Amino acid sequence: MAGDKGQRRMTQCKMMTEKLNVYYGKRHALKDVDIRIRSHAVTALIGPSGCGKSTFLKTLNRMNDLVGNVRIEGQVYLDGEDIYSTRMDVTRLRKRVGMVFQQPNPFPMTIYDNIAYGPRIHGIKGKEQLDGIVERSLRQAAIWEEVREGLYKSALGLSGGQKQRLCIARALAVEPEVLLMDEPTSALDPVSTLKVEELMTAFKQKYTIVIVTHNMQQAARISDDTVFFLEGELVESDTTARLFSHPADRRTRAYINGRFG
Amino acid sequence: MMRKWKDDVLLCLIYLAAFFTEFLLIGILGYVFVKGFPQVSLSFLTNVTSVLQGTAGIAGNFVNTLYMVVMTLAVAVPFGIGAAIYLNEYARPGRVVRLIEFTTETLAGIPSILFGLFGMVFFGTTLGLGYSILTGALTLALMVLPLITKNTQEALKAVPEAYRSGAFGMGAGKWYMIRTILLPAAMPGIVTGILLSVGRILGESAALLFTAGSGYFLPRSFGGWFRKLSESGGTLTVQLYLSMSKAQYSVAFGIAAVLLCMVLGINFLVRMLAKKWDAV
Amino acid sequence: MCLKGSESEYQRNRSSHARGVEKAAEILFGLCGMSAILAVGSITLYMIVNGIPAVLQVGWKEILFSTVWMPTAKEPSFGIFSVILTSIAGTFLAVLIGVPLAVLTAVFLSEVAPAHLASIVRPAVELLAGIPSVIYGVLGMMVLNPLMYRLEQWIFADSETHQFTGGANLLSAAIVLAVMILPTVITISEAAIRAVPPELMASSLALGASFVQTIFRVTLPAAKSGILTAVVLGIGRAMGEAMAISLVSGNSVNLPLPFMSVRFLTTAIVSEMGYAGGLHRQVLFTIGLVLFGFIMVINLVLHRILKGEGRP
Repeated sequence: MAGDKGQRRMTQCKMMTEKLNVYYGKRHALKDVDIRIRSHAVTALIGPSGCGKSTFLKTLNRMNDLVGNVRIEGQVYLDGEDIYSTRMDVTRLRKRVGMVFQQPNPFPMTIYDNIAYGPRIHGIKGKEQLDGIVERSLRQAAIWEEVREGLYKSALGLSGGQKQRLCIARALAVEPEVLLMDEPTSALDPVSTLKVEELMTAFKQKYTIVIVTHNMQQAARISDDTVFFLEGELVESDTTARLFSHPADRRTRAYINGRFG
Repeated sequence: MMRKWKDDVLLCLIYLAAFFTEFLLIGILGYVFVKGFPQVSLSFLTNVTSVLQGTAGIAGNFVNTLYMVVMTLAVAVPFGIGAAIYLNEYARPGRVVRLIEFTTETLAGIPSILFGLFGMVFFGTTLGLGYSILTGALTLALMVLPLITKNTQEALKAVPEAYRSGAFGMGAGKWYMIRTILLPAAMPGIVTGILLSVGRILGESAALLFTAGSGYFLPRSFGGWFRKLSESGGTLTVQLYLSMSKAQYSVAFGIAAVLLCMVLGINFLVRMLAKKWDAV
Repeated sequence: MCLKGSESEYQRNRSSHARGVEKAAEILFGLCGMSAILAVGSITLYMIVNGIPAVLQVGWKEILFSTVWMPTAKEPSFGIFSVILTSIAGTFLAVLIGVPLAVLTAVFLSEVAPAHLASIVRPAVELLAGIPSVIYGVLGMMVLNPLMYRLEQWIFADSETHQFTGGANLLSAAIVLAVMILPTVITISEAAIRAVPPELMASSLALGASFVQTIFRVTLPAAKSGILTAVVLGIGRAMGEAMAISLVSGNSVNLPLPFMSVRFLTTAIVSEMGYAGGLHRQVLFTIGLVLFGFIMVINLVLHRILKGEGRP
């Protein structure tokens, strides 16, 4: 136990929030959230729906900017740099902090163009270079073998699970440092879910992963750290092993024992 | 940096396109009203153009337009609503429905000049109605039929299924249900279709030039008001075209200003209706 | 007993009466439903019946592919090739000018515009759609033609062969047509763009694409079948427009060059039907048939696109 804690202190902190408050109009969606997200680890955000976990995820790459009447207070740091400072280039930030959504949503174009979309946006034009990126990303997302014959077919013809892995490959193609995943398996069948979970465990070596999940078994299976949200508040945050075996807060205990949510 | 620059140029183009569209409308309205309103006077509105008396006026064309609107709607509205009811309430999905929907779509895509040709030979020659307001109105009825069918159909589709089953559940017959529940509920859509049709009729010229002709006199006797249907009569828009081709610009701008006022009025009504409908 | 008997009698009568009404209503509505089929059927029939005789008499090659149009000469010639080309060229130019403008405006309305600006531009588009085509012609004749004439004088200042048109030429007509198809293309494109799922755009933004990049690389491609519908509808409108361009296009039969006075399929009918007789009149119906053919092809294409859209 002590060793665990020691290791935790030693590993580098990739992202960090301080006194983060988010308001949608008058609704106070996040209240004074302080979190450290370890580098090269999987952090799971859990809690009942409407607890603010998705909102929190979206503040990490400023996708909340797109919402009309949102107000954000406090700081979010990526490698020590405040991402809400006026000097931050949002498109660069989002290249570094990628995102995979709940619904698999490939663009209505070929599989190749889906993957090449991000790199092209960021100015990569060479055919060979793009070919390399496409293959590497599809391999990383463990979908290369299934689609290598049909790279120039429409991505809309893939199955749900394949689409989601394609979307993961698409996010990897811009070589992000952090990958945010918003309930990435909730729209998938069990076999596809398993495949995506395997990917996440493998990704740890290269990326820092933050995943929102409503599935506690999933959080227990794949994450290193777990954060529990309730009504916009961060209730408890610890290593997954500890949070699930010795929750410090009564509400956490109630939630993981399935009393509400 | 390059990207930012490109983005800004594109965004600029988007704004320019929108402003151009806006400017176009303001330009057209402004130009026509400035040139046209000075021509519009009481005598312009209440007189008939006469070389003998030296007057220029559009009263005859105004009356013709009124006849045209009323007659066209009298034919097109029952058929259009009937067709919509058939499609939405009676017909089972299948080949017939697809054919009706396809032909309705086709009818909406046929240019008015071709309606004019058809009306001229079919209503004018085959049915022997000649150049008359009736020929014109029948021709226009074909043209606006899709507008009325489409709008009524949309409105019927929006009526909740529960209304129908509710009425049937109380033992109402289908026709009774349509009369008492569906048509009242679909009324805003029907009225919108009718207003849009009035707009089309007001603005039409190509389909009328060779069907209704260009008469511009007012009837001289009581019976004349009835005979008018079988006489040639040019609507305001047809007269506008003719004045323009004869280089009578002052009359032309006068008519254009009056026409635009009518179009604005209809647009306003459609908008009010949409608002009211949304509010319900 | 007696009372009961009469009551059931009454009910039977009533229900058979009701059945009769129901049946009559169904038949009547059915007939109304057929009216569109009947209309399109008879229009098609009349177009063919009236358009074919001239073809048989003059020969289809002579009509369709000859460029000599001298219907009232002693030895008349009825070649409508230039007229067909003019309609195609005019429509093409109108789409070339009008569609980018319309799609950008649609993007403005659906994605870019703050609410207060959209609420100014959208009604403007609706109003533009309601303005009678003759009025577009009037504006074209009074405003556009003089401008075009100046341009013409400037370009052809040193030309000795150019026939000056006073600005009434193909280019003027194409610009008027472009303006006239704007409302159709804007409205339908806007609806298509709005139908693109917001998650798609969110994905693009999450990859680090800028807002403008997202619009042009994801949103518009995703809306392309709707935009295509809009363009095809626009083509149909441009092809069939008669009165506005008859006022601005100069009306002489020429090959479609930008600064030439030209005659379209539609304007040929408008300008000659009034006085044509005999074979000349029949040829005008042939022109109508050719236009009808184009429109039917456009309709079929449209039908295909819409049907394709319905599939998942």
